[in-house]
Amino acid sequence: MGVAGLIFDGLLALALAWLAWQSTRAVDLFHAVVSFIVFGLLMALAWVRLEAPDIALAEAAIGAGATGALLLSALDRLATHDARRRLLYEPATAWGFWIPAGGALLGGLTLAAWKLPAPGLGHEVLAALKGSGVDHPVTAVLLNFRALDTLLEIGVLLLAAVTIWSLGRAPSPVAAMPSPALPALGRLLFPVFVLVAAYLLWRGSHAPGGAFPAGAVLGAGAILMRLAGARSWIRSSERGPWRWILSLGLAMMLAAAVTGPLSGQAFFEYPPGTAGPMILLLEVAAGLSIALLLFALYLRGEPRDDGPWPDGQRGDGQREGVR
Amino acid sequence: MTAAQWVGGLLVFAGLPFFLLGTLGLLRFPDVYTRLHALAKADNVGLGLVCIGLGIQSGSVALLLKLVLIWVLMLIASATAAGLIAGTALARGLRPWGT
Repeated sequence: MGVAGLIFDGLLALALAWLAWQSTRAVDLFHAVVSFIVFGLLMALAWVRLEAPDIALAEAAIGAGATGALLLSALDRLATHDARRRLLYEPATAWGFWIPAGGALLGGLTLAAWKLPAPGLGHEVLAALKGSGVDHPVTAVLLNFRALDTLLEIGVLLLAAVTIWSLGRAPSPVAAMPSPALPALGRLLFPVFVLVAAYLLWRGSHAPGGAFPAGAVLGAGAILMRLAGARSWIRSSERGPWRWILSLGLAMMLAAAVTGPLSGQAFFEYPPGTAGPMILLLEVAAGLSIALLLFALYLRGEPRDDGPWPDGQRGDGQREGVR
Repeated sequence: MTAAQWVGGLLVFAGLPFFLLGTLGLLRFPDVYTRLHALAKADNVGLGLVCIGLGIQSGSVALLLKLVLIWVLMLIASATAAGLIAGTALARGLRPWGT
């Protein structure tokens, strides 16, 4: 890495610090949300610079894409313009607490990073890669060596969706389309979303990709279709197959975890010779669940039945009242 | 350096001024419509030149096609986004500069 690389990394770090400050301290919440989305995109770039393309994919799709859509839609629920401006009150005592506390946290993290074993666990992972069932070390860690972490992550997503749904009913979708271009874009691009998700899922066995980026791409496609006025597959009146798909990822991971102990092997130990197909199966289940879970989060409440869609309206920006 | 490297490098360099001018337009133009005009035109042409240039430099047809696909998707998305922003601004009563 030459001087140009160093300058680029320095600018990237400065921009990240500036955007983080903006997204926490901006008076206008819209400004804060946009800063956060740009922060996610630059963070993905930073992960690419650190040669971690898997995390970059997940950060771009989930950190910037799905979280950005969630934050923007949460902002939309703040009814008045004044509610979007937060009150800035900062008594001097707050600074007296936060500056030492932040300094102590930074010092602790620096110490922890300093104390990390120098080469990391990369060699151990590569040495054990042969028996893991896949050729890509990150996928091997996520779905074989440390599959418990992935199980817990999917559990957290499911818990978040259940919690959001229990808080109230989802608001009505926007009644009027600002332009016919958005539905056209949704129809045109959704097949591409499906294709890219399948490609990422398949690539996961030998290259950066896997269930989380694939699920995030598919979920983002579903959110785009929702924004373009498509009717949701998730309805309150039907106990449709979507309930099964929401919990499919967690259920499959749990089943894979307890199969080992039940048949006299270790926890999360796959039956001999089946690691490859098992991982593919788990990736497909987890990818479908993650896509639907991200979309379920975006519904912002317990799903409701969409009324008949008023078509042919455009341009006036009026919205149906919430409930 | 091979011919492909030279051609690719020239295309990338040809693309850079479009980004520069698009950013300049975003910062200096007076209202949302003219800024969109600068962004939607300049960034798309610049991105196309950079993508094709990098694809030619890579020496792999598959990679070139993937980069061109990214560019085409970007064209569709940015054209739609620019239209949506402009349409929403008009609907909210923002008058174009100079009218």
